[in-house]
Amino acid sequence: MVDVALQGTGISSAEQVDRAKVLQRLRLSDVAFRHLTRFAAATVLVILGGIIISLVWGSLPALRAFGISFLYEEVWNPVTEKFGAIAPIYGTIVTSLIAMLIAVPVGLFIALFLTELCPMWLRRPIGIAIELLAGIPSIIYGIWGLFVFAPFLQQHVQPFLIALFGEIPILSTLFAGPPYGIGVFTAGLILAIMVLPFITSISRDVFEAVPPVLKEAAYGLGCTTWEVARYVVLPYTRVGVIGGVMLGLGRALGETMAVTFVIGNAHRISGSLLAPGTTISATIANEFTEAVGDLYTSALIALGLILFVITFIVLAIARLLLMRLNARVGG
Amino acid sequence: MDTALYAKRRRRNVITMALAYGATGFGLSWLVLILAVLLWEGFSGLSLAVFTEMTPPPGSAGGLLNPIVGSLVMTIIAVLIGTPLGMLAGTYMAEYGRYDKLTMVVRFINDILLSAPSIVVGLFVYEVMVAQMGHFSGWAGAVSLAVIVVPVVVRTTEDMLTLVPDTLREAAASIGLPRSLMIQKVAYRAARAGMITGVLLAVARISGETAPLLFTALNNQFWSLNLNAPVSSLPVVIFQFALSPYKDWQKLAWTGALIITLAVLALSIVARILTAQRKTS
Repeated sequence: MVDVALQGTGISSAEQVDRAKVLQRLRLSDVAFRHLTRFAAATVLVILGGIIISLVWGSLPALRAFGISFLYEEVWNPVTEKFGAIAPIYGTIVTSLIAMLIAVPVGLFIALFLTELCPMWLRRPIGIAIELLAGIPSIIYGIWGLFVFAPFLQQHVQPFLIALFGEIPILSTLFAGPPYGIGVFTAGLILAIMVLPFITSISRDVFEAVPPVLKEAAYGLGCTTWEVARYVVLPYTRVGVIGGVMLGLGRALGETMAVTFVIGNAHRISGSLLAPGTTISATIANEFTEAVGDLYTSALIALGLILFVITFIVLAIARLLLMRLNARVGG
Repeated sequence: MDTALYAKRRRRNVITMALAYGATGFGLSWLVLILAVLLWEGFSGLSLAVFTEMTPPPGSAGGLLNPIVGSLVMTIIAVLIGTPLGMLAGTYMAEYGRYDKLTMVVRFINDILLSAPSIVVGLFVYEVMVAQMGHFSGWAGAVSLAVIVVPVVVRTTEDMLTLVPDTLREAAASIGLPRSLMIQKVAYRAARAGMITGVLLAVARISGETAPLLFTALNNQFWSLNLNAPVSSLPVVIFQFALSPYKDWQKLAWTGALIITLAVLALSIVARILTAQRKTS
């Protein structure tokens, strides 16, 4: 192509040299730009590598000192420098479970409403409203949870639950004790509100991808809306819905500020959901700047490593499921 | 006709449809509740002093000037670092190596980083910058925010460039434009609205981020623009003030929360308008 550009008719040899220079410069800048973008793309991998290496490096002292027992010891004592991670791990998992138990059915029903029942003109506004809920920063949920939601639960909901389940064997332990307001239960509810938009918007997107023919065929057989949703839409979109749920779970596990405000930061595993507890992220947020001593800091970084590994696995599964779905829709 | 079965199916349908309506009402009512309380508590504390005075010691009046400025400065630096990096990476993924292995891996990792817990990013920057330099600093805060900006910008840049029709690229190539110029003069222009949206969304995302700032930028009671020292930021001040026992501080925390929420909502609305224009044009 360069030859063609240089063989213009009726131009002097001086002009030919100029053209060659310009072409040379363009070719150089082309190669440079290509490498620059490639380098930038690789930086994303470097960030991930940096996160993993720095977390492992930072948690080495704690892992050396406590070994595998760090994962199952409950003691968390900065004074004697004895640390175990099971209480925060337990809190992280339990709060996320509560969140998913509430957010998954509610999210799926909202998605069902948006795709099957809602009049066309109302779909966009409600969709936007749900997405605005996703955009509110977590610290806002935190301050709202602390000043509005927790007192409300303490005064109205928790006494009711304690009285209601007081006689039933297992539930009476789960909902035992004084109503603190703040605690594992409250944190789980706040998380449910926070992950609801993620689950809703992904479920809605995959529900919309169901070919109308399938639904119409089922309606034609005389199915009710619920039967279409249950036996046509849900089986067809199962992979995508699970992907969306895992994505929400990933968010719930790693959520920090909203939980820190309302969980009470108590390093123990309590049988009651109403008691204060802690999660991995809340522990780090609360204690990191006050941590004195290398071992204390290192134990907190080790907690961060555990959190990162758990969320990485959950999010990776979510992405793989959603990728599989896209491949199917695309193919 | 089996009327019993028929009635049962209808009953079940009515119940579940009612549940769907109920779920939507339930979901939307949280948005209303949160915004209502926020507006109520926030506006009652809003005054000119909030924007002109420093954060007060407990028990006296004051404003939020230093955290607002600190947040702005760190957000701007984070965007200045994160945006070029993210845009270039997205450019590679959409323009040069759309189907190659590196792109597949980067896309997967980027999607994970997009929802990775932000407190882990704070730990990472603490280890890399704060621990090495020996002190908390505004730079560390800005870098940790930049780490959060990158995946958002990568994702939107790639998506938006992929939407640019190939005929535009072919037209540019046919008049002899080198690939790098084609990308800069044609593809970027066609995808401009979408790419700006990505940056706005990234700003919206980091303007409320608290966790990564807690142990990078820390906090500062006083007026300071020295990025080598701890810098105050709005979310961290809200965190500190809301958990304090002082009524004045709690009031200021609500006002700060209102400012952040309004900023985030405004950003997402502008972003939405930009993408809507794109679709209609």
